[in-house]
Amino acid sequence: MLELLQKNWRIAALMALGTLVLALVPLYASSYVISVFIVLYANIALATAWAFFSGATRYISLATASFFGIGIYVLAITHVYVPIPFALAAAAIVGFLVAAVVGLSTLRLRGVYFVVFTFGLTELIHQVINWWEININKTTSRYIFTDVPNVNIYETLLAIALITIVGSWYVSKIRLGFALRAIGEDETVARHTGVNTTRVKVLCFALSASVMALVGAVLALRYPYIDASIAFNNSWSFQVLIAALLGGAGRAWGPAVGAVPLVLLSDLLAGSFPHHFSIALGLCFVVIVYFLPGGITRLLERLYHAWWAEQTKVRAH
Amino acid sequence: MILFEVFLNGLLLGGTYGLIALGLNLQYGVARILNLSYGEFFMGGAFTAFFTIMLWKFNPLLSLFISMPIAFAINWLIYQYMMIPLVRRAADQDVLDADVVLVTFGLFFVFQGLALVNWSGDLRGYSFLSVGVPFFGATVALNRVLAFFGACAIAFALFLVLRYTRFGSALRAITIDPVAAGLVGVDVRKFSALAFAGGGALAAAAGMLVSTFISFSATIGVEYTLKALIVVIMAGVGRVTGTLAAGLLLGVVESLGGYLIDPSLTIAINFALFIVILLVRPTGLFTRA
Repeated sequence: MLELLQKNWRIAALMALGTLVLALVPLYASSYVISVFIVLYANIALATAWAFFSGATRYISLATASFFGIGIYVLAITHVYVPIPFALAAAAIVGFLVAAVVGLSTLRLRGVYFVVFTFGLTELIHQVINWWEININKTTSRYIFTDVPNVNIYETLLAIALITIVGSWYVSKIRLGFALRAIGEDETVARHTGVNTTRVKVLCFALSASVMALVGAVLALRYPYIDASIAFNNSWSFQVLIAALLGGAGRAWGPAVGAVPLVLLSDLLAGSFPHHFSIALGLCFVVIVYFLPGGITRLLERLYHAWWAEQTKVRAH
Repeated sequence: MILFEVFLNGLLLGGTYGLIALGLNLQYGVARILNLSYGEFFMGGAFTAFFTIMLWKFNPLLSLFISMPIAFAINWLIYQYMMIPLVRRAADQDVLDADVVLVTFGLFFVFQGLALVNWSGDLRGYSFLSVGVPFFGATVALNRVLAFFGACAIAFALFLVLRYTRFGSALRAITIDPVAAGLVGVDVRKFSALAFAGGGALAAAAGMLVSTFISFSATIGVEYTLKALIVVIMAGVGRVTGTLAAGLLLGVVESLGGYLIDPSLTIAINFALFIVILLVRPTGLFTRA
């Protein structure tokens, strides 16, 4: 860890400075700006957590909304009995456990089967919880009684987003990260070179899910009440997927880059033109596949390398 | 007695599930493209039927002459100009699958968004042949019977074409092995495009038949994509009669499950069935091992 830090001290210093600036934003910004940033950080954390597993292994998961919703529900249920930090921790733990069980039974499905499975998972959990609430609890929604100020939510999500990015970058530099990428390249080869593919996949899937559940729980603090269709909304899965791919799922900072334009676009369009936003999302998918296969970050890197090559050529003359 | 009626309705529902899945199976089996915007053509077929009867006051069956050619043309264009470039550049099936999933999800968003902008998200429905017919003591609605027999007729026609025509043998050859089919002189790209387009036209036909007895909105497509996909995976890729049988099974399970457990849990029941089959027999129920 220390060695990695020494090697990348410029980036680390830049990030520390950036974090300080972002952490001070609430002192000066209006409450509207703060809430836009809250949504942005939530999306960054979700997209980074998604790319951590799906970007490396190429198991395209649409289960983001499932784990996000589980986090919301765990908070809604537990915050009445325990202090908020414990409720948040409980959300992360439940997310981890559920993902571990789901992963153990389904991570041998490849390709489209896995995509379809994860897509349906959200619908499944949605219906079961809805049924449970109506038939067992005799209610459809739960109220959330908290008075956590927006500034605290802002700082918490900023911290979660940063830790997710740094953690994802750190893992990509150690054995676990190599194993993950090996699975993405060719799972059979990975298994034959001694990678315990099941353990690596389930562990990373569950880690990524626990971040998603945690983000859901933190965001739930802002809701006055929740129900199953608020918590398990499939559009989270899609928006997160597009943010990660638009930015570039192969880099730790890629999803964060992709989340910025998407959140701004959604803030601009989703309120007044929700249908046009969905068309724009669809076009994003198509544009990414045909024109930006590695995302914005790869494009930037290519431009940077071209510029650098040009510079060195000039100097050589 | 009521259980018999529930079973019968499940069977009729299952017939239409089979029909919905036939087109997707044609697309996935022959062209090897999993089209996640498939349900949007189902939705288009339903809306064309709705406008035909409500706006122009014609028999909704006539709407098939509009919706099927349009769906055929759009799907042909999608295959030729969006899928072929992806197939060409893909290194292996995994990469192709990932690209196809993203592009067809994108198309799904675009089509659904366009439908919402133009037709709004309101629930629609119309009444056509909604009279009860007695059947061994139970009563079934005539429009459901029509959809059921429509599904059987289309499946039978497709079966005959695949079995007894040169065109059909070419399609079956591509299903089994596209490379080998090319080697023996089958124009794989042309026939795949036709199968893909034909699958889309079947989706529109299914949408028309099912729209006679359900209420629908512009967002209904994805639900039917999912159902069609469950049936295709249950049946095994490229199977016609198996698809119909799997559809019937799903319809009966859904009907009985909804009646015996809870009607609000139908998607959960469908999905539980789907997971069990994926885990136990990932190649489908009706394939030879």
